[in-house]
Amino acid sequence: MKKLALSDEILLSIQQPARYIGGEINEVIKDPKKVDLRFAICFPDLYDIGMSHLGIQILYDMFNRRDDVYCERVYSPWTDLDQIMREKNIPLFALESQDPVKEFDFLGITLQYEMSYTNVLQILDLSQIPLHAADRGEDCPLVIGGGPCAYNPEPLAEFFDLFYIGEGETVYDRLFDRYLENKRAGGSRKDFLEMAAQIPGIYVPGFYDAAYHEDGTIKSFLPNNPHAPSVITKELVMDMDHVPYLEKPLVPYLKVTQDRVVLEIMRGCIRGCRFCQAGNVYRPLRERGLEYLKQHALSMLTSTGHEEISLSSLSSSDYSQLEELIHFLIDEFKGQGVNISLPSLRIDAFSLDVMSQVQDVKKSSLTFAPEAGSQRLRDVINKGLTEEEILTGAAQAFKGGWNRVKLYFMLGLPTETVEDMEGIALLSEKVAETYYDTVPKEQRHGKVQVVASSSFFVPKPFTPFQWAVMCTKDEFIQRANIVRQKFREMLNYKSLKYNWHEAELTVLEGVLARGDRKVGAVIEEAYRNGALFDSWSEYFDNEIWMKAFETCGVSVDFYTTRERSLDEIFPWDFIDAGVSKEFLKREWQNAVKEKVTPNCRRQCAGCGAMKFGGGVCFEGKN
Amino acid sequence: MKVRIKFSKQGIMKFIGHLDIMRYFQKAMRRAQVKICYSGGFSPHQIMSFAAPLGVGITSNGEYLDIETEDNEDLSTMKERLNRTMAEGIVIESVRRLPEDAKNAMSIVAAADYTLSFRPGYEPKQPESWMKAAENFGRQEHLYITKKTKKGEKELDLASMIYEIQAHGPELKLRLSTGSGENIKPELFLDSFYASLGQERHPFAFLIQREEVYARRENTGEFISLEALGEPV
Repeated sequence: MKKLALSDEILLSIQQPARYIGGEINEVIKDPKKVDLRFAICFPDLYDIGMSHLGIQILYDMFNRRDDVYCERVYSPWTDLDQIMREKNIPLFALESQDPVKEFDFLGITLQYEMSYTNVLQILDLSQIPLHAADRGEDCPLVIGGGPCAYNPEPLAEFFDLFYIGEGETVYDRLFDRYLENKRAGGSRKDFLEMAAQIPGIYVPGFYDAAYHEDGTIKSFLPNNPHAPSVITKELVMDMDHVPYLEKPLVPYLKVTQDRVVLEIMRGCIRGCRFCQAGNVYRPLRERGLEYLKQHALSMLTSTGHEEISLSSLSSSDYSQLEELIHFLIDEFKGQGVNISLPSLRIDAFSLDVMSQVQDVKKSSLTFAPEAGSQRLRDVINKGLTEEEILTGAAQAFKGGWNRVKLYFMLGLPTETVEDMEGIALLSEKVAETYYDTVPKEQRHGKVQVVASSSFFVPKPFTPFQWAVMCTKDEFIQRANIVRQKFREMLNYKSLKYNWHEAELTVLEGVLARGDRKVGAVIEEAYRNGALFDSWSEYFDNEIWMKAFETCGVSVDFYTTRERSLDEIFPWDFIDAGVSKEFLKREWQNAVKEKVTPNCRRQCAGCGAMKFGGGVCFEGKN
Repeated sequence: MKVRIKFSKQGIMKFIGHLDIMRYFQKAMRRAQVKICYSGGFSPHQIMSFAAPLGVGITSNGEYLDIETEDNEDLSTMKERLNRTMAEGIVIESVRRLPEDAKNAMSIVAAADYTLSFRPGYEPKQPESWMKAAENFGRQEHLYITKKTKKGEKELDLASMIYEIQAHGPELKLRLSTGSGENIKPELFLDSFYASLGQERHPFAFLIQREEVYARRENTGEFISLEALGEPV
């Protein structure tokens, strides 16, 4: 029987002990003594969130295919266990072997959202690993970061030994081989880091120095070690059909957020929305083949027993063989009680038809993401969704029996005016009117329900809006109030609902997203004063953060509301994410001019991602 | 076909709660390709019901669930197919076919056997004599206690719900009234005994294991294990 790191007494006095015991279906069990390299892979948030993440599962599966490597999982202990571990000095452990993380060769932490940064420090701290890479001894695990936030790793630079920029499938094998070579040769930690720095996509922050102008902007950012290149180019998979993908995903006991098979149909996006980091850094769009997907859908449903399968991509409607894929899933699995979930589909005749086959129309709602309330602002952000498309789609859906609609917007977008803000209420009203115009009284089941939600806009690195000024907290709240006021004036007010996100959290996210190395001290200070699980609204404490900025003498406004000039050196400029800075500048200028850029399939915008030699850039060109 | 499955729940699985065990078995049925029947509607669910929920922290050698399968399901291989896809700690002990008019397990549960022992580190000086004293306490003709319920408190004669009690060295064996009638948890018995000693039970002092779950024959009052109500396959 498996031996656990925590005693019965502890496990029976905390919430959901199943988070800490491992033992799930499809868990990989190896004898740690019989491997050469032990890797702890961590999602720095609660198990329930982390276990829902596809990327970790892909890497877990891929690493464990190597006989000389054992990869095990780690998540953030919830606050109840966190306190007990600190009191009793229990080191953080991996779920599989239940061994302390500090005995591992690597600790890999995925950086999915900025508000998980204090949890990164919690993981290091509970593992009893020094927070600063510079303080780590030869026996300490190498701490490596990856994931979308690694596209601006600078706020976390001093906490990590290395970062992996880009998609994980490509160079980990080489990294492990170098590590083992160095270990056998008796080389030091620094020897390995120098070897690692020469692998494409690997960034060793300790090998670079940033110098600053008097105004706080970056003067230069240069390698201080001859083995470190001055530009790090992101890694990506070009042949999506010949790369390992999951066959046997882990099946948690707890009902986690993503309790289903996730079928990743493609990476990248052709749309070019100017606020979207994923749509830029994952370029070019690369599809998986239909046969590959069919085979994996089958093997993953069989090996997990999940009762639901969901498609994953940034914009599923752009998958070129979508109809065939969906019909396959319906024909093959619908009769076996498997639910098919189709997120991120554009609403049109086809999607409404398949959606009515796979879900209960009366219970489900339609989702549109216009992102901005007016056509003018939608042109600024290059969101190619028109009012006509939304209303036509809604009318078709209402005829098909739907009567609930969700609309997603952002507030605080560049160039936004009062008219744009009020447009959110006006568009919602028009959707409601469409219902009453299309559905005759005797066929209505109750009122239409239109729920509009707005998040506040955060400028992200590697987007055309990386130069944009962000709103202050008060400006955000003001704007939300303008929208709310307008909603109250609407005729169908009772059919409409408006929600908006928290503003304080958004401002902080803004600092961390475009932060530099100076922000690291603030994260550490906030963590030391109790900031943890910041993405959980019940735990987020803005005051701790504001005090930390003050203590560290770091200005929030410098990162959020400051005007950035076109020639400013950004903290992330040393990374080549595929899209060139010239392209981003051009797009930023097009945005201000309200000029739309066509999607990749209609016309190449010359973003720079063509240099990777594949994907949508070469569609129909072989 | 109506099918009754008996399983044991040991080791780390004792930390998995009842609702999660239900979800676990739903997925296990699919992995083992059991031809289980589904309800109709847009979100069909498996026809499956469990006999008696087991508390977190308690191990068991006798848990039950009933399912309904298509007539062409191969019962002779079901146990093996399920065991091939079980997590460590759960073992399918038997698969039995039920008569078509059988009532489901949950509605007929009348009693359950438990074994209690001290968790290492919590033993009194003489565990054997402690258990003997507990046995004697449980053998009294009447044992009036107040039990907290959803609606408040009620008076109960615990003695009439302890069907068997026997000390075996450092262990105590109990057969307690269980199910929709009067549901007595072993902790309730322990708490009454501690109260009679003027002491309070440490929440982690005991290891509790369920051994078997029974229905009761209406005519004879005889206890019969849920497993014995089905025929071997």
